[in-house]
Amino acid sequence: MPYRLGVDVGGTFTDLILVDEKSGSIHTAKVPSTPADSSIGVMNGVAKVCDNAGVDPSEIAQVMHGTTVATNTVLTGTGAKVGLVTTKGYRQVLQIARSYVPGGLGGWVIYNKSQPLAPLSCTIEADERMAADGSVVRKLNKGALTKELKKLKKESIEALTISLVNSYANPAHEKEVEKIAKQVLPGIPVSLSYDVVPEMQEYERTITTVANSYVRPKVAAYVKSLERKLKAKMKDVKLHILRSDGGMASAKVAQSLPVNLLMSGPAGGVSGAVWVAKQAGFENLLTFDMGGTSTDVALVQDSNAQLRRETTVGDVTVRASSVDVRTVGAGGGSIAHVPELTGALRVGPESAGAEPGPAAYNKGGDLPTVTDANVVLGYLPSEVRLGGDMEIRKDLAEKAIKPVADALGISVKRAAAGIIDIVNENMYGALRLVSVEQGFDPRDFALIGFGGAGPLHANALGKLMNSWPVIIPPGPGVLCAYGDATTRVRDEASRTFIRRFANISPAELTKTYQQLANKALKTLEKEGVPKAHRSVTYQADIRYSGQGLTLTVDFDLKKLKSKGLSIIGDPFDDMHRQLFTFALDADKEIVNVRAVAQGKSAEIDAKKVTGSGSRTPIAAAKIGTSKVFMDGKNMEANLYRRDQLKAGNKIDGPAIVLEMDSTTVILSGHTGNVDKFGNILIAPSA
Amino acid sequence: MPATIVETNTKKFKRKDIDPITLDIIENAMMNARYEMDAVVFRTAMSPGIREQNDMFPMIANLEGKMVVGQFGSFIHGFKEAYDGTIEEGDLFLTTDPYACNGAISHINDWLLLRPIFKDGRLIAYAAMFGHMTDVGGKVPGSLPTDAREIFEEGIRVPPLKIFKNDELQTDVLNLILHNSRMPTWNRSDFNALVAAMRTAEKRVIEMAERFGDDEYYSALDELLARNKRAMGKLIKDTVPTKKQYFEDYICDDGLGMGPYRIKCSMWRDKDKVIFDFEGTDPQSISSINFYLNEEMFKMFCGVYMIMVFDPQIMFNDGFYDLMEVHIPEGTLLKPREPAALSCRTHALGRIFDVLGGLLGQGDPDFLAGAGFSDSPHFMYSGYDKNGEWYQLYSIGFGGIPGKPSGDGPDGHSLWPSFTNVPNEFLESYFPLRIEAYETITDSGGAGYNRGGNGLRMGYCFLEPGTISIHDDRWLTYPWGVNGGLPGRRSEKILKRTDGSEEMMPSKCDRITVNAGDILYFNTWGGGGCGDPLKRETERVEFDVRAGLVSVEGAKRYGVVMNADHTVDEKKTKALRAKMAKQRGKVKMFDRGGDIAELKKRCKKETGLDAPRQPEFQAWALKFLEEQPKPKGRIKMARG
Repeated sequence: MPYRLGVDVGGTFTDLILVDEKSGSIHTAKVPSTPADSSIGVMNGVAKVCDNAGVDPSEIAQVMHGTTVATNTVLTGTGAKVGLVTTKGYRQVLQIARSYVPGGLGGWVIYNKSQPLAPLSCTIEADERMAADGSVVRKLNKGALTKELKKLKKESIEALTISLVNSYANPAHEKEVEKIAKQVLPGIPVSLSYDVVPEMQEYERTITTVANSYVRPKVAAYVKSLERKLKAKMKDVKLHILRSDGGMASAKVAQSLPVNLLMSGPAGGVSGAVWVAKQAGFENLLTFDMGGTSTDVALVQDSNAQLRRETTVGDVTVRASSVDVRTVGAGGGSIAHVPELTGALRVGPESAGAEPGPAAYNKGGDLPTVTDANVVLGYLPSEVRLGGDMEIRKDLAEKAIKPVADALGISVKRAAAGIIDIVNENMYGALRLVSVEQGFDPRDFALIGFGGAGPLHANALGKLMNSWPVIIPPGPGVLCAYGDATTRVRDEASRTFIRRFANISPAELTKTYQQLANKALKTLEKEGVPKAHRSVTYQADIRYSGQGLTLTVDFDLKKLKSKGLSIIGDPFDDMHRQLFTFALDADKEIVNVRAVAQGKSAEIDAKKVTGSGSRTPIAAAKIGTSKVFMDGKNMEANLYRRDQLKAGNKIDGPAIVLEMDSTTVILSGHTGNVDKFGNILIAPSA
Repeated sequence: MPATIVETNTKKFKRKDIDPITLDIIENAMMNARYEMDAVVFRTAMSPGIREQNDMFPMIANLEGKMVVGQFGSFIHGFKEAYDGTIEEGDLFLTTDPYACNGAISHINDWLLLRPIFKDGRLIAYAAMFGHMTDVGGKVPGSLPTDAREIFEEGIRVPPLKIFKNDELQTDVLNLILHNSRMPTWNRSDFNALVAAMRTAEKRVIEMAERFGDDEYYSALDELLARNKRAMGKLIKDTVPTKKQYFEDYICDDGLGMGPYRIKCSMWRDKDKVIFDFEGTDPQSISSINFYLNEEMFKMFCGVYMIMVFDPQIMFNDGFYDLMEVHIPEGTLLKPREPAALSCRTHALGRIFDVLGGLLGQGDPDFLAGAGFSDSPHFMYSGYDKNGEWYQLYSIGFGGIPGKPSGDGPDGHSLWPSFTNVPNEFLESYFPLRIEAYETITDSGGAGYNRGGNGLRMGYCFLEPGTISIHDDRWLTYPWGVNGGLPGRRSEKILKRTDGSEEMMPSKCDRITVNAGDILYFNTWGGGGCGDPLKRETERVEFDVRAGLVSVEGAKRYGVVMNADHTVDEKKTKALRAKMAKQRGKVKMFDRGGDIAELKKRCKKETGLDAPRQPEFQAWALKFLEEQPKPKGRIKMARG
C-alpha cells in the first residue's frame, strides 16, 4: 500500500496531491469544491487524481486532510445546543467570562456581548467542591445532580460539557458526573474539561471544553461520512485530520477532540509553506496568506512554525495549541472609506466578501475594495484573461474609487495607491507582531506569499519588512495539500504542575514527564507509527513566581537528572531577555508540563518544472503588457504566463505573472528568479 | 522654575507637509506601539492588579508633551511647569505624588514613569506609563486607608526624580522606596515591567522617525493632533447645546460615617468651546475620598466619552484640548489642597463618569445611557499563613454595565478599559481563599427597554485568619436609570461568621479581622436601565427569565406576566403594561430611586446600616472656596 493522499478543501477549489511513498513522486489534481457537502468534491478529486496517476484508489493507505468544518461551525454559529455542568456557585462562568470589555475607556457604550456558546438556560450546577490541592471539600450530591440533568433532557441538548472548579487538580468529580450523565442522557456526547485541557483557570477551561462540545456533532458527522466514503474505495485506508498545531490526529481522536481542529485550515497553509520553502532552501520564513476577507501571517524558525497555547475563531478564544497564526481583517474584499469627521483614509474591517464582491467583478458591488485598487493600478490586468477567470471591469473599479479620491482631494490612481499602502501597512503590523515584537529580526527571514491575493502584495511587504527573498510558490491551493500530505502524526499530553523550582526534585519531575510521554506515545502506537519513527519532545511553561504569563521552554529530559533545573531555567532567562529586555533574579516556577510525541514526516520531492531557462528565454512566456501606476509614476509592465516559466528564468519588474488562481506582482527595481520547482524568488535587483 | 530641556543638537525640527496616506500610516504605527507597551507590561508584571487586571495606562506624546496615543491624556505640561531641574537624554522620571504632577496620577499607589525620547541629541517625543502598585507602605496593607486624614498616612510619596540618570538605574533610591513597601518583590517587578514598556515605546518612536524622517515624524504628530481637533470641533458644535446643562451625583459616604458628598457640574457651549464648571461641588473631605482631578485628564474623559457615544471612528489624542475649558474650584472634593488624603479616590473617579454621562446625555437624550460607572469596589485580604508567610491580595471587583441605547449592559463586567477579573482558581491556589460563589445577582440590573447588567456576587471563604479591607460605594444612592429605565440595585457586603451570625459591613472599612471559615459575600451594583421597560420585547424578557438573569417576579417590573413554564402570558402582560403605564404617567429622564432625604430616611430599614451624618467641612475650606475668583466664562454666562 504505497500511496498517501493530501487533500485541502478551499472555498473555490479542492486540491489533492497523491504521493508514492516508495519513490516520492507526486501527482496533483484540482476540482471545484462542493460547499454543501465537501466530501463530494473530495471524492471527485480522488477519482481525478487516481485517474491522472493511473493508480487504483485501493492502493492509497493514508489520507491526510485539513478541514475548516470546525472553524465554519463557530463562525456561522451553527454548532450544537450544548448543556453545561458547573460547580455550585459558578453557573454563570461563561456569562461573566473574564469581565473584559473591549474598546478602551468608554468602550462599554458600544459593546454588545454575544450570547455564551452554552446557553444559561442549559447550564446546571453540581453540588460538589474540590480544593486547589485536589482534596475533596464537599462530595458530589448525586441525587440533586440527577434531577438537574433531567431538566437538561427536556431542553433537548445535543452535547454536554462538564467543567468543575479545580478539576485540573483532581478530575474525580467530573468523572462521577459523567457516569450519571451517561445514564440520564444516553447518546449525548460528553466532554470533560479535564480531558480537553487539564489546566488552571476555570473560564478558559470551560469555554474550551464547551467549544469542543459545540463543534463536535458537526465535525464527527463530517469525518465519519468522509471516512465511510473513502473506505468504500480504499478498504483499510487511514484517515488523518490536520490539527491546529500542524500535527495529525486520527479520525477517531479528531471526532472526540475537535476543538484542536479550529485552525486546521491555516495550519495546512503554513505547513505547506514550510515544506515548499524548505525544498527551495529556506528554513526561516514569514508566511503571508492573504485571502478575500482576511490575512494570516506566521513566523517559522528552522522549519518549525511557532506555536501558541491559544486559538481564536471569531469572538471565541480557547486554550488549544495552534500554529501562531495572526489574522488581520484585511483582504482583497476590504472596503476603503473616508470618515467625514476626520478625513482619514481607512481600509476595512468591512468587507465586500464574495457577494456582492469588488466593483470590478461586476456582481453588484459598488464599494471601493482593495481588489478594485489593484485593478485601477493595473496590478490585476483587465486586458488579459486566462481560462476560467472572471471578467475584470476597470471602469467600474475606477468609478468605485472616485468618491475616495474626491474626499482626499487626489487623483483616482493616487487614491488607489493609498488604499494599497494602507492595507499593506495593516499587514505589516501583523507581520511585525510575529517577528519584531517577539524579538526576531525580519531581515533574517524570507517571506512566502500565497492565498488568492498574497502574491499581489508580497513584494511590497518584503520591501517594508526587508525580508528577502519573497517566495511565490506555484498554485496556492496545492500548497495546503502539500502541507496536509507532509505533516506528521502528533499528540501531546500536559498537566498543570505549579511548583517553585526550589520545591521540585528533578527525579520526581522526570517521572512526571515520563508518564506524560507514555500517554502521548500511546496515541502514536494506536496510529500504527512504527517504534523507530516515534520521538518525544519535552516542554515546560515557566514564569518568575508571581508573573501572569508563561514562556514555553523545550529541553532535553535526559539532562534533567544530571544537570538539574538550570537546563530549563537558563533558557527561560535568555528568552525573557530577548522578549522583554530584562531577566529577573527571582524564584522561577513551573506552571504546566507537557510531552509532545511525533511520528516521522514523509520524504517526498516537490514537482519540478520541465525545461530550462537557458534554452527557453523569459520572452517565450510573455503574453502582453499592462499599464501600471507604481512608485507614483505611470509605467508599463510585462505580463507573463506562470505555466510557461522555466527554471533559471529572470523576470525584471515591473512585471505581472498570471496563473489560473493567482496573480503575482513584481515591483520595479526588483527581479524574480524562477527556481527548479517553479517558485518565483523576488529580491531587489542587483 | 520650569524644567530645562538639555539637547546636544539644537537644530529645530522643520514643519513639512504630510500626505494623508503617510499620516494614516504613522497613526497606525503609533497605535501599534501603544498596544505593544501594554503587552510588555501585561506579560512581565507580577502583581495581580497590573497583570490580571491591567491597572496601568500607557502614553506616547509629541515633543511639546501632547498625548498622541494613550488613554488618560497628557500631564507632561504640568510636570514640566512643576519640575525644577533638567530633562536630559538617558533620564527616566518617577513620581508617585499627585500634588507634584498636577494630579496626573491621583493617589500614591500609582507609579508614574516618564521617559523623554531623544534621537541624535534632540528631544523627539515622550513615553509615559503609570501602574497601580499593590502596596506602597502606609498605615494599612494595600496603602488605601479609608480613614486617613493626610497623605502622609498613605505610604511613601516620591517627588518627581530621575530614577534612571544617563540610563543608569539609581539603585539606592529605588531600594529606599521599595524598603517601605509590604510587597517589595511585586513592586520591583512591576517597576521593571513599566521600564520595559518605556524602552519599547522609545524603540518604536526611533524606528518610525528613521523610516519616515525626523521632520516628517515631528510634523505628522502635529498634524494628527490638528486632525483630532478638527473632528472634535465639529462634534462639539453638533452635540453640545449653548444652553446650560446641570448634573449632580453623590459619593455615599466618606468612611467616617458622613455623607453623601455632592459632585456638581454644569456645561455649556460658547461658540467653538465647551465649558465645564464644577462650582457647587462639596468642599474637600477630611478623609481619603478626595479625588485630585487634573483638568486635562477631565478633558480626555469628556473627549473619549463623546467619541464613544457619538462617533467611535475618531482616534482620540490631546489635539482638542483648546476646545474645552474646565473649572474646578480649589478646596473641593475634586481639587483638595495638600496634604489632604487621596488614597480612596476611586469612588469619585468612577462617579465623574456618571456625571459626565448625565451631563452630555441631557443635550441629546437619544444617546443617554444609565448610570453604572458607579463604582470600582476594592477588596483586600492579608495576613500570615500557617507557615508564617505574608500574603496580601488586592483586587478590583466588577458589576453591571448600564443599559445603553445600543443594547443591554453586560452582567458582571468591567467599565474600566482593559481590566479583567482574576481567575478564581488562581486565587485559590495562591491565597488561603475559596471562592464559594461567583455569579451575577438575579434582578439587580435596572429594568429598561435595554436592561442594566446584573451586579456580581462573590463569596470569599477565608481559610486562614487575617484582616480584610473593603472599599465600595453606591450603597445608599442608586445607579440611576434613564428615559424610563429603573435604577439598578445597590451594593452590599455581608460577613457570615462560622457561628452563623451575619453582619452588614459598611462600604468602606479597614482591618476587619476574619477567621478561617468566615465568608464575605461581596455584592456589587447593578447597572441602571435605559428606556421604557414596558416597551421591552416580551421575547427578550422571556429569554432573561429562562436564563435566570431576571426572576418571574422581576419580570413584572417590565409589566410581563410569566406562566409556570416560563413562557409569557401575553394577555395578562398586555393588561399589566397598560395599567402600569397609566399609573406611572410620563417617563422620567432620570430615575434616582428617591432624593437624598428619602434615601437617608429609608436607609437603616433597607440597607441594615445607619444613614450617614451630614458632612462637616473644615472652616478654612469653606472660606477659601468663598474667596476664590470665579472663571471668566462662567461670569459671562451668568450675566447673559
